[in-house]
Amino acid sequence: MKTAGALPFTDDPNMLQSPTDVARELTYIAAISEALREEMRRDPNVLLMGEDIAGEFGGAFKVTKGFEAEFGARRVINTPIAELGFVAAATGMALMGLRPVVEMQFADFISSAFDSIVQFAATTHYRWGGAVPWVIRAPADGGLRAGPFHSQNPEAWFVHTPGLKVVAPATPADAKGLLIAAIRDDNPVIYFESKPLYRSLKGHVPPGEYIVPLGKANLARVGADLSIITYGAMLHQALAAAERLAQEGVDAEVLDLRSLKPLDKEAILATARKTGKVLVVHAANKLAGVGAEVAALIAEEAFEWLDAPVQRMGGLDTPIPFSPPLEDAYRPNAEKIYAAARALAAY
Amino acid sequence: MTTSRLLTNQQRLELFYWMLLTRIFDETMVNLWKQGRGVGGTFSQRGHEAISVGAAYALGPEDVIAPMHRDLGAYLLRGLTPARVFGNLLGRADGVSRGRDANLHGMGDLRHNIIGFISHLPHSLPVALGAAMSFIYRNEPRVALTFTGDGASSAGLFHETLNMASLWNAPLIVIVENNQYAYSTPLHQQMKVPDIARRAEIYGMAGVTVDGNDVEAVYAAVHAAATRARGGSGPTLIEAKTMRMLGHAIHDGAEYVPKELLEYWEGRDPVKRYRQKLLDEGVADETELTEIAQRVEVEIADALAQAEASPLPDPATVEQGVYAGE
Ligand SMILES: Cc1ncc(C[n+]2csc(CCOP(=O)(O)OP(=O)(O)O)c2C)c(N)n1
Ligand SMILES: [Mg+2]
Repeated sequence: MKTAGALPFTDDPNMLQSPTDVARELTYIAAISEALREEMRRDPNVLLMGEDIAGEFGGAFKVTKGFEAEFGARRVINTPIAELGFVAAATGMALMGLRPVVEMQFADFISSAFDSIVQFAATTHYRWGGAVPWVIRAPADGGLRAGPFHSQNPEAWFVHTPGLKVVAPATPADAKGLLIAAIRDDNPVIYFESKPLYRSLKGHVPPGEYIVPLGKANLARVGADLSIITYGAMLHQALAAAERLAQEGVDAEVLDLRSLKPLDKEAILATARKTGKVLVVHAANKLAGVGAEVAALIAEEAFEWLDAPVQRMGGLDTPIPFSPPLEDAYRPNAEKIYAAARALAAY
Repeated sequence: MTTSRLLTNQQRLELFYWMLLTRIFDETMVNLWKQGRGVGGTFSQRGHEAISVGAAYALGPEDVIAPMHRDLGAYLLRGLTPARVFGNLLGRADGVSRGRDANLHGMGDLRHNIIGFISHLPHSLPVALGAAMSFIYRNEPRVALTFTGDGASSAGLFHETLNMASLWNAPLIVIVENNQYAYSTPLHQQMKVPDIARRAEIYGMAGVTVDGNDVEAVYAAVHAAATRARGGSGPTLIEAKTMRMLGHAIHDGAEYVPKELLEYWEGRDPVKRYRQKLLDEGVADETELTEIAQRVEVEIADALAQAEASPLPDPATVEQGVYAGE
């Protein structure tokens, strides 16, 4: 057994072809690289575009380090700083049957391409039947003291946009499986990566073809007393809070949404009906966030099963502050989730 | 050199002082981060001193500037004290953004006519254009100046801004700090025509190229552009050619930059070069320049000590300041 988990990513082909290697662990970021590499090897229509992604440099977070050497400059395209232009160009490529995977240097800069995403790529199929099978990879999320322009979680803008799909993996395995599913999907998919998980989180990642279907949540922890519904980096904060609650005899269930659009309504309603108490948590600001949709869905379709008002926790309604005490006040964490869940359990 | 006729010896020593203050601040900041005393990331501007200082020095306090992440010198010269800037970098309550914004972002202060940097490139350009339009609207003899990078010049807003500025004859000066790289991407991977000032012509505005490592050349170009703009002759695009001497940001070792390129530009270091020029032209002697350096060292050390001793923001204030008038 090689210690694949210790590598920034694995490019050992033997490793990729060994389905028996069940103990294999990768970092979250290595899992993203692996999904991209495998899909590029499999499908010549898959190509990459973005700022600084080519060459040995391999992007601001090194996700595509070494890719140009393997796949050539034709398939690993360094773009000028022109998000609106190159995302729209990716849409044109996608209409011609290519499958561009576009890297935003930071998710925050996706707003520079907003027009071409929400007005054109998202609506083309509905308006005249043209499929746009691109993926935008958006390194999102904060807690890293990076300030208001490098910490955002802008998923709600896109969940609100008909025609897009939106995913937000929380584990290395889902990072791989959801990215492969996103690349193979015939629709524009925005894939939110959680920067704080990149190198801090390691986990088993199935080698070879591994697909996590879009629109399917994952029951990350089974419990009976209350449900914490979350996604992205907050999954791990919720699980830590659940551990602490367990020591006090409170048995929390934790549902990881994984896909934000489409939402897994079945899974959301099932856990709400099971425990009757729901806390929805995300790092994005709470106001009009994805949690509002989840809470409204439960209110509409699981009202009779509820034993307490649905609770939400998210970032504050401020730009994401830089200074550590301010960002810590802004952002949910295990401690805050624990306190809110305890109060909910006692309701 | 015609430019020195524009400047008295006293002014030339001031230019040297501001460049050295910027350089020593920058070196102190880089060391701070190497020692793990920084918060988050930050950007060095090493190599850009002549541009930010020369340009800001050519303006009056009533003129508006909208600097970018390599323009430490312009922020300092326009009145942000080194202590407030260190405070910003370290997330302190008395930093320019009160702990709200990171590193050289968020350093706006309208009392000094500074518009804070917008991370999204090149969004500072049209905002500076708007400031310039307000001067036309109120018939004020002021100019707006903004800085941008070679990389940012590829975005649509760069072109939109030049077109509107020219169309409306706006008193706007756009300085492109062409430092050969946008993060890891060299100029030839960004554009086919590496001379960005040439774009001015197609928009019907003035365009000039200057040696971005020659503070007096930058000063002269901005002085001329400001004079033109105040006289109603419209905007100027100034391309200042230089080199980013360290990585894109503090974590970036910039292994992708060829050593010879850095060596070439190290030989043209704007601070050392200006020091030598002042000596050669008899503006000052070694003792006087060393005294300035000592003064700068003390000023920066004091500022850092003051910033490090100042408090972090109270988390209870996190929601304050989102809206004006509250
Ligand atoms: C719209 C947008 N996309 C991406 C970025 C990330 N980014 C920050 S600086 C930078 C490179 C800028 O290069 P250049 O304009 O040449 O300025 P320099 O850093 O070289 O001074 C990039 C890509 C950004 N700030 N804004
Ligand atoms: Mg540059």
